[in-house]
Amino acid sequence: MAVAIQCRDLRKTYDGKVEAVRGLNLEIQTGECFGLLGPNGAGKTTTIEILEGLLEPTSGEVSILGHSWRENAREMREWLGISLQETRLSEKLSVRETVELFASFYREPRSSDEVLEQLQLTEKADAWVGKLSGGQRQRLAVATALVCNPKILFLDEPTTGLDPQSRRQLWDIVREFQRAGGTVLLTTHYMDEAERLCDRLAIVDHGQIIAEGSPPDLIERLGGHHVVEFAVSGNSDGAVLEAWRALPSVESVREDDGMVALSVKEPHLTIPALLDAVGKQGSELQHLTTRQASLEDVFVRLTGRHLREE
Amino acid sequence: MSVAEQTPVVEKIVRRRRPPERNGRWAGYLHLLMARMLELKREPEVVFWVFVFPLLLATGLGIAFRNKPGDASSVAIAAGTGAQEAEGLLQRSPRRAAFKIDVRDGDAARKGFRLGKYDLVIEPDGAGGLRYRYDPARPESVLARAEVDDALQTAAGRKDVVATTVVTSSEPGSRYIDFLIPGLLGMNLMNSGMWGIGFALVDMRQRKLLKRFVSTPMRRGDFLLALLSSRLVLMIIEIGLLLTLGVIVFHMKVMGSVFAIVLLGSAGAMTFGGLGLLTASRAQKIESVSGLMNLVMMPMWIFSGVFFSYERFPAVIQPLIKALPLTALNDALRASILEGTPLVHQWPRLLVMAAWGGISFLLALKWFRWT
Repeated sequence: MAVAIQCRDLRKTYDGKVEAVRGLNLEIQTGECFGLLGPNGAGKTTTIEILEGLLEPTSGEVSILGHSWRENAREMREWLGISLQETRLSEKLSVRETVELFASFYREPRSSDEVLEQLQLTEKADAWVGKLSGGQRQRLAVATALVCNPKILFLDEPTTGLDPQSRRQLWDIVREFQRAGGTVLLTTHYMDEAERLCDRLAIVDHGQIIAEGSPPDLIERLGGHHVVEFAVSGNSDGAVLEAWRALPSVESVREDDGMVALSVKEPHLTIPALLDAVGKQGSELQHLTTRQASLEDVFVRLTGRHLREE
Repeated sequence: MSVAEQTPVVEKIVRRRRPPERNGRWAGYLHLLMARMLELKREPEVVFWVFVFPLLLATGLGIAFRNKPGDASSVAIAAGTGAQEAEGLLQRSPRRAAFKIDVRDGDAARKGFRLGKYDLVIEPDGAGGLRYRYDPARPESVLARAEVDDALQTAAGRKDVVATTVVTSSEPGSRYIDFLIPGLLGMNLMNSGMWGIGFALVDMRQRKLLKRFVSTPMRRGDFLLALLSSRLVLMIIEIGLLLTLGVIVFHMKVMGSVFAIVLLGSAGAMTFGGLGLLTASRAQKIESVSGLMNLVMMPMWIFSGVFFSYERFPAVIQPLIKALPLTALNDALRASILEGTPLVHQWPRLLVMAAWGGISFLLALKWFRWT
């Protein structure tokens, strides 16, 4: 498999002060759907815009399908379909006019009608962009990226602010593009999106990759297998928190929003022991849930913060 | 599934089979220009400010400053012996249309004069003579005294020693509306050029649309060219409408050739397009570019002779005024429209415009911020 996107030791410093990206390495294979997952302000957009050739890195190397932005920019733009974060397209143009405008910039674009149909925008083809819903606008943004018949699709937070149905529609479009052999790089701060869509992902925080791998691999390595969350009456200080660590099959303990969260290998061993321990303490269990570990747990484990916190 | 529902499916297949199109060198430029024109057409405010507003302004000012005969002087004759005779004399005068005469008793006449209702009071002195009561500080009062005296003396049989005749001059070409229309044309080219280019660019930058465009293989020069070209199309409509209004409503005479006028209009549109580009080359927000625009245009609204001649300003600053692009455009348009001055004699003005437009364009390209 050939390398689609590669960057080495990427750094970007704004105005000599703010370090948005601090030494980032990536290697994305063709045909892969790769995600950059991280909270707002982690440096995802800066990274993707450097890879798209829209921002000049302060230092580091970028190579797209073996070419560098310094030599071959115009030719490279023919291969890339790009959807930026929050582009507001002209409101007074119709959907079809917008797609045809973007198609006109490329040497060999796809037929606009075909793209509109793929993105389920045929019915809205003659509607003005200003009249579209959020989900339709986002699909149109992707349509302007797909009309050039790209080899690589860049999506910067493609589903932020969309309702669940629109998000699922977009995921289907991305999968369809990938099935046809395309490479996808997307950024998101939704862990479920990253988990379902991406073959591999990198968790980004403070301008650096703090973990990389396939979603199941990351969860297994860093999130534990299951999470048991509970709350007990009475005060739980640090000493008590450590006491839970001694329960059978527990891998790690943390306190989260007033609840105790245990990373657990085998819940059927842990939970009876937990109930016993609570009973012995003479306190009462106020809440108990158990669930599969998720990327969120990986992130919290790595950073001590939640993805959506700001 | 009904037959009606199946129809789109058939269409789908037909469309899919169409081979992919190959775009030529100018496909991007043409689509950008077309998109720009469609957007302008669909923006009612643009149609109003670019096309309707200048027409309203020209019509309003043209009517307000139309050439009309001077107002009749309003004269009161104080009642008393001799009042009838004085009134009779004035009525017999060939210039009687220039007077509005009331016969009032003395107090009422003087009160009306104080309040400005009358320009002049004629008071018979009871001994066959007349006394004029007038205010030397009021021009209309001075005028009324001279005109009434002249009319009375002539009607009473005075013979003029020197034979005089008069010719009135309010020919098309020297009226205020003739001065105004080319000025409005120039101002409109400046306003719509600066706003049309500058506002559109900053708006697109703010929407991140510029960034989205440069993430495609779009040629950046084509984009700017399309924006400027859209101005040229609008310019032709602007000139056509204003000149048609002038010719049809105000019987203006256009002396210069249409070709010369359109060429000057294009030069103006390009000059202010360049200035608009420069003004908007870095601004990130509509608010900041609005301020900059007004700062750039303000001196030209005042000094460049849109509504009145810049000759009224002190001689010291005349060279500065003449170096402003709008002054050059207004002068050139007036010379061409009102006097039919050929383009070859207008080269200093064209040079001024080309310098402003060209230098702005080059600086704009150097500083332009796409993202």
